[in-house]
Amino acid sequence: MAKKLMKGNEAIAAAAISAGATHFFGYPITPQSELIEYMARELPKAGGCFLQAESEVAASYMVYGAGGAGARVITSTSSPGLALKQEGLTYMISAGIPCVVVNISRGGPGLGNILPAQSDYFMCTRGGGNGDYYHPCFAPASVQECVDLVRHAFDVADKYRMPVLVLGDGMTGQMMEPCEIPPRQEVKADKPWAADGNHVARGEHNRINAMDLQADVLEAKNEDIQRRLKEIAETEVMYETVDVEDADIVFVAYGTSSRAVKNVLSKAKAEGLKMGLIRPISLWPFPTEAFDKIKKDCKAVIAVEQSCGQMVEDVRLAVLGRWPVEFYGRSGGNPIIPDDVLKMAKDILGGK
Amino acid sequence: MLEQVIVAGFGGQGVLRIGQMITYAGFAEGKEVTWAPSYGPEMRGGTANCSCVISDEPIGTPVLMEANSIIVMNLPSLHKFEPVVIEGGKLFINSSIIKEKATRTDISVFYIEASDIAAEAGNALGANMVMLGAYVAATGIVQLETLYDLVKQTFTGSKAKFVDSNIECIKAGAEAIKALV
Amino acid sequence: MAVVYKKSEALTDAPLTYCPGCTHGIIHKLVAETLVELGVFDRAIGVGPVGCSALCDFFFACDMFIAAHGRAPAVATGVKRAHPDKIVFTYQGDGDLASIGTAEVVHAAHRGEKITTIFVNNAIYGMTGGQMAPTTLVGQKATTAPEGRSEEHCGKPIRMAEMLATIEGAKFVERVTVNSPANVRKAKAAIKKAFECQIEGKGFAMVEVLSTCPTNWGYSPVEALRWLDENMVPYYPLGNYKNEL
Ligand SMILES: Cc1ncc(C[n+]2csc(CCOP(=O)(O)OP(=O)(O)O)c2C)c(N)n1
Ligand code: SF4
Ligand SMILES: [Mg+2]
Repeated sequence: MAKKLMKGNEAIAAAAISAGATHFFGYPITPQSELIEYMARELPKAGGCFLQAESEVAASYMVYGAGGAGARVITSTSSPGLALKQEGLTYMISAGIPCVVVNISRGGPGLGNILPAQSDYFMCTRGGGNGDYYHPCFAPASVQECVDLVRHAFDVADKYRMPVLVLGDGMTGQMMEPCEIPPRQEVKADKPWAADGNHVARGEHNRINAMDLQADVLEAKNEDIQRRLKEIAETEVMYETVDVEDADIVFVAYGTSSRAVKNVLSKAKAEGLKMGLIRPISLWPFPTEAFDKIKKDCKAVIAVEQSCGQMVEDVRLAVLGRWPVEFYGRSGGNPIIPDDVLKMAKDILGGK
Repeated sequence: MLEQVIVAGFGGQGVLRIGQMITYAGFAEGKEVTWAPSYGPEMRGGTANCSCVISDEPIGTPVLMEANSIIVMNLPSLHKFEPVVIEGGKLFINSSIIKEKATRTDISVFYIEASDIAAEAGNALGANMVMLGAYVAATGIVQLETLYDLVKQTFTGSKAKFVDSNIECIKAGAEAIKALV
Repeated sequence: MAVVYKKSEALTDAPLTYCPGCTHGIIHKLVAETLVELGVFDRAIGVGPVGCSALCDFFFACDMFIAAHGRAPAVATGVKRAHPDKIVFTYQGDGDLASIGTAEVVHAAHRGEKITTIFVNNAIYGMTGGQMAPTTLVGQKATTAPEGRSEEHCGKPIRMAEMLATIEGAKFVERVTVNSPANVRKAKAAIKKAFECQIEGKGFAMVEVLSTCPTNWGYSPVEALRWLDENMVPYYPLGNYKNEL
């Protein structure tokens, strides 16, 4: 299979089609528009259904319906749109509906701007709806990883019957890199729970709902959700580490900002400084185990984010007081400046 | 080898296309590549730019803070990006449109009358291809032949008639560099 | 020297950010002039949308809000309920009003909210780059309808003026356009009545203005005016749909 150059947004769409997605519901928003436009063009050719919803709220309930009826379904948006989808998401958590939700995030809060930002970490991992839950959430750092993680997200969603998020930012969506899209697979997943209209053959009717009036019934549902989340936390952790074992400074960064940190690492290496990187690929579950590789006398763990500091809270929980935790962040759509990050690290090493 | 290049100009001058051609050519020659556009409200009528990285090694950030080479197609871009060229780097200026000179003395500056050269080559819209030819000839980052192949792959069917004039512009840009060095 | 033309005091000096030939600018001017001529500029409050006119808070010189996408009628409801003596208007695009914000406008009308809505229908999502709107004509191409809008797949374009006119709380509803000097005059007269409806405390008023988007339609400004006339006007008939003034 030949590699080709694609924009992240298009690669995500192509990957979803290759993963056997049959339905897409979405609403236009920058900077993910190439994704929805690619779907409008290509999904029908693959025999699937593209439908532009009247709003993100409606899109999320179209996903609820199609996913609940057994379809392999995906929706995509950018930050303010994901905020609107939160209600649908908590309903899907409750009803046990698998789907993939892509957020190509942009500067917030509010309408913010359309530049790349990473300030949706809380909304994407914790979930912004009501109730007890986390979202499994994968964060690609390259266009190839967009492809791989979107495909993986469908399988995780089906396995655990819940929405799975893929979190990129405007740069992930807009940049162009080589990638390989596997051929389309037709998925015949076994979904005996789906309300697909086969009740007569099945001998009983399936019910998809998000309401349980009795305390014990709702508690049992919550226990089941928590059991699945626990299994995800134990088995679905993904991360990359670079030179962590020997490092005097360890950076933690995901997605676009991890790419800037890789520039920091090569500059540091050239100067004979020992620095490493933990790159969470699954943001939830957070790769806490990766921190056990850090040596005892490491000087600091620095979280680098295009936000005012969100993932850094998970970093503190993973570090548990073993090393000082510092934070470097930019917001408003501004990029990470590798030289500034390097200077901050050197200042720490120099005891400043 | 690590080449970081920024291409900047007005929207509609084909600056994103220059960057894409460099990126596609690097990719065709088996190198690691990324291409990242500036995007946003400034795109409407304003300036556009893109960053490309061509390397033998896996690439870090696609967002460039500094660059070995800069190609500028309008005056605001010259002002914005001249300071970003690394010491010893190269600055390519479309001097048909930009009448100012660069101020840096620690870099090589190439003035190319790209719009005039393109018009002479019979392709008034080909200034971007002239700049591309000049850039590739001066840096040797990719082969000119790779660009010709790309042009042939890009313009097919009803657009095949544009192949020759675009290749002419690339060649003319490369010739202009020969005259300069 | 005699003053032949003066920019309305209801507009700021900020340069408009609309593309050349876009009729959003004309509609701004009509709203601004009307506020001044009716003597209500000093007590006007506007609510802008998300869309190409999301920067209209820089252009209208009265107090302004920009709502979340589609929510302007709800925001205006809050404003009017806080200040019943003020003159409150919304300025919204077709994606904003007829897609994501349909519920808000229907219920503002249904409550008989004493606000004036200026609805700019250009049959496309302008700001995000030419995606299909609920008002996009059958067969019209859009980036999310690459083969043209298909009735089978996503229905026929929605006619908001006709629909809102059926709601009792709506007291004045008219559809106009601004593609010729004569039509601009009619548009202004309708906008004036829509504000009078509010001033007299009658109820909800809306003027739907058929508008051009040369950029995303892919036409020159002049071609766009003609395209509007030949394609939009037949489907979206101009005229008054309700007048209980
Ligand atoms: C919740 C949310 N979803 C999507 C968007 C992206 N968005 C911005 S403007 C727009 C459409 C605007 O179209 P229209 O209302 O027709 O106004 P026009 O630009 O054509 O005047 C969309 C979808 C957003 N800002 N917020
Ligand atoms: S994109 Fe269309 S609606 Fe928006 S300013 Fe330009 S012409 Fe007007
Ligand atoms: Mg519109």
